[in-house]
Amino acid sequence: MTLNVLYFAWLRERIGAPSETVETDAATVADLVSELRARSEYHEAALSDLGAVRVAVDQDLAEMETPLQGAREVAFFPPMTGG
Amino acid sequence: MRISVQTEPFDLGAELAGFGRGAGAVVTFTGLVRDDTGTMVALELEHYPGMTEKSLRGIAAQAQARWTLADLTIIHRYGRLSVGAPIMMIATAARHRKDAFDAAEFLMDYLKSRAPFWKREIGPDGPGAWVEARGSDEAALDRWAPPGGRAGAGGDDPA
Repeated sequence: MTLNVLYFAWLRERIGAPSETVETDAATVADLVSELRARSEYHEAALSDLGAVRVAVDQDLAEMETPLQGAREVAFFPPMTGG
Repeated sequence: MRISVQTEPFDLGAELAGFGRGAGAVVTFTGLVRDDTGTMVALELEHYPGMTEKSLRGIAAQAQARWTLADLTIIHRYGRLSVGAPIMMIATAARHRKDAFDAAEFLMDYLKSRAPFWKREIGPDGPGAWVEARGSDEAALDRWAPPGGRAGAGGDDPA
């Protein structure tokens, strides 16, 4: 499947791009993270501490074990600071 | 109900004109850019277009399901905002003040840690640190959790 992967805040800065298109067979968010970390040292740096990373699948908050079947958009970002 | 994600300033007075007509109580909260470092000149707010609106609609729907509200408004700004500038406002209208106050607090607690905004401090020399989420904001959600459960992830499906 083809996924649009988005990055926000310091994840965007560490990876050096706001988004990328990824061709993947990852079954879960965790599988996708493993694939992304192998892409570059920047990905590895941004996604090494998953305790500091939140994820959304198709714009709903998700977890590392969330399945990706049918997903189109996955976003990674730090804990939110709205309000 | 009105939900807006915008760069422009908002006018609290104009937002309240006719708001909650017929209700007995209106509560509003306005958040301003606070200088936490002593040298901050502005905040830069980034957000996730699409998910932001979706999560605000989800949070508003949860509030409406929980309290009897005559109306509610959420306005959240993004972009570069000077120290002292208004960042966001919420307004709730209900027949009685308790519903209006409680719903307003619920909305604020959820906006803090479930709406996809990220703040960065801008100092005199340019962009500085990203503002870190506070554990106390996350903990504030627990009081809204159903007995025996934890506060949901927000959005359309709080499961």
